[in-house]
Amino acid sequence: MRLLTFSGRTAKEILRDPLNLGFGLGFPLVLLILLSAIQANIPVSLFEIESLTPGITVFGLSFMTLFSATLIAKDRESALLQRLYTTPLTATDFIFGYVLPVLPIGMMQSVICYLAAMILGLPITITILYAIFFILPVALLFIAVGLLCGSVFNTKQVGGICGALFTNLAAWLSGIWFDLNLVGGVFKKIAYALPFVHAVELERAVFDGIWTNVFPHLFWVLGYGVAISGTAVMLFLRQMKRQ
Amino acid sequence: MNAIQTIQLTKKYKDLTAVERLDLEIQKGDLFSLLGVNGAGKTTTIKMLTCLTKPSDGDAIILGNSITKETAQVKKIIGVSPQETAVAPNLTVRENLELMCGVYGFPNEKKRAKVSELSEQFELTQILHKKAGKLSGGWQRRLSIAMALIGEPKILFLDEPTLGLDVIARSELWDTIRSLKGKITIILTTHYMEEAEELSDRIGIMKAGRLLAIGTAEELKEKAGTDKFEDAFVKIVKEEVK
Ligand SMILES: Nc1ncnc2c1ncn2[C@@H]1O[C@H](COP(=O)(O)OP(=O)(O)OP(=O)(O)O)[C@@H](O)[C@H]1O
Ligand SMILES: [Mg+2]
Repeated sequence: MRLLTFSGRTAKEILRDPLNLGFGLGFPLVLLILLSAIQANIPVSLFEIESLTPGITVFGLSFMTLFSATLIAKDRESALLQRLYTTPLTATDFIFGYVLPVLPIGMMQSVICYLAAMILGLPITITILYAIFFILPVALLFIAVGLLCGSVFNTKQVGGICGALFTNLAAWLSGIWFDLNLVGGVFKKIAYALPFVHAVELERAVFDGIWTNVFPHLFWVLGYGVAISGTAVMLFLRQMKRQ
Repeated sequence: MNAIQTIQLTKKYKDLTAVERLDLEIQKGDLFSLLGVNGAGKTTTIKMLTCLTKPSDGDAIILGNSITKETAQVKKIIGVSPQETAVAPNLTVRENLELMCGVYGFPNEKKRAKVSELSEQFELTQILHKKAGKLSGGWQRRLSIAMALIGEPKILFLDEPTLGLDVIARSELWDTIRSLKGKITIILTTHYMEEAEELSDRIGIMKAGRLLAIGTAEELKEKAGTDKFEDAFVKIVKEEVK
């Protein structure tokens, strides 16, 4: 009940910000349309919609990181959170209340991306549903990064770190826009040590329906997810005590 | 019976002692005002009593519950209106009030009753559908105070509640506070001397984290040998009173 109340508030704060909707939905959609248009006009296959769409759904989740980090950082600076800290809400209520409502928002984003891709010619298969389901662990990972950043940085820092740095990091090291094998070397090594490219390859494997290819990427995503969630919870509790 | 008893309550920030070994007893049902110049430690005291910050030393007992050991119990019986207005800007006035109802786990029926009770009391009925962030500062303030009362607190903390309110709103808030007197224990901070004198049963005056004097407005005036309470306050704070 208490958790539900606080979750509802999180969802409202995120969904009522027109800028959030514009970026969170608009940006991935624009990319999808733009890159498909480019693909239609070049002879080589660079942005095939079948591999592009799963990638974009992963990239779009970096906005969930930004949304949750911004909300938490803003809350920490406002007296509202102080007020709520003096009520019977527990640390668990706060953490789940910040994280859980963002999961369906991230999923909705994927659903909309796939719908748009279908209009652009993505073949309709049952694996799209699986791909949307497997977005969950990836979304959890991205939201946990948001919880972590929101617990540590102030609103301005979050704007720079999650808004610029993290979205770029997640984009460049994801293998969505170019084949990492073409770059190779240290760049590729770094990319494969981070979870982003694994999340994209996980989604591509699920979408392609090739289950053997799901591993080891799923483990990378889950591993990072658990580690970052753990750290984020610790840091959130620390700032709560530090009031 | 004591509603609040602080025992050597202390808060240190690095090399600064914001509150120093505070021993305070506040009677149940009393309205107690905490006065002091900027930085005296009023807000810090309230933050400790409301479990927002942990004391560096000492403890306080709120209706039998320790603020350091029984925080969950304490949080159930207190209501706080922070010094800064504390509302969710993207939620409507109604949603803000409902948020607090949910936080205290009220069922739907009670929720509806509470929202209409408090929106009438604070004259928010006309603006229930407006976003809190779009209201003027004074109206946000009213909402912020109404939110402190949703949980039916036994102890209410009001940190500079009338800051930013117009004359009418202030006198209405005074009426509201008076109507609560005796039913619940209220701890109030303010920089308006007439407010403290008008509303309080007892008054404590703080400076640099220490309690300089405590008593009724009359007692403090007598102690300082002045006719006006404001003069008494100034004399006490300047430590011209033995
Ligand atoms: N989080 C903090 N970190 C460091 N110092 C702090 C912190 N909070 C308060 N202080 C210091 O503690 C002292 C007491 O501050 P407090 O806010 O309790 O004063 P106050 O009596 O409420 O003043 P005002 O009337 O201006 O609201 C001040 O010197 C302040 O700078
Ligand atoms: Mg203060």
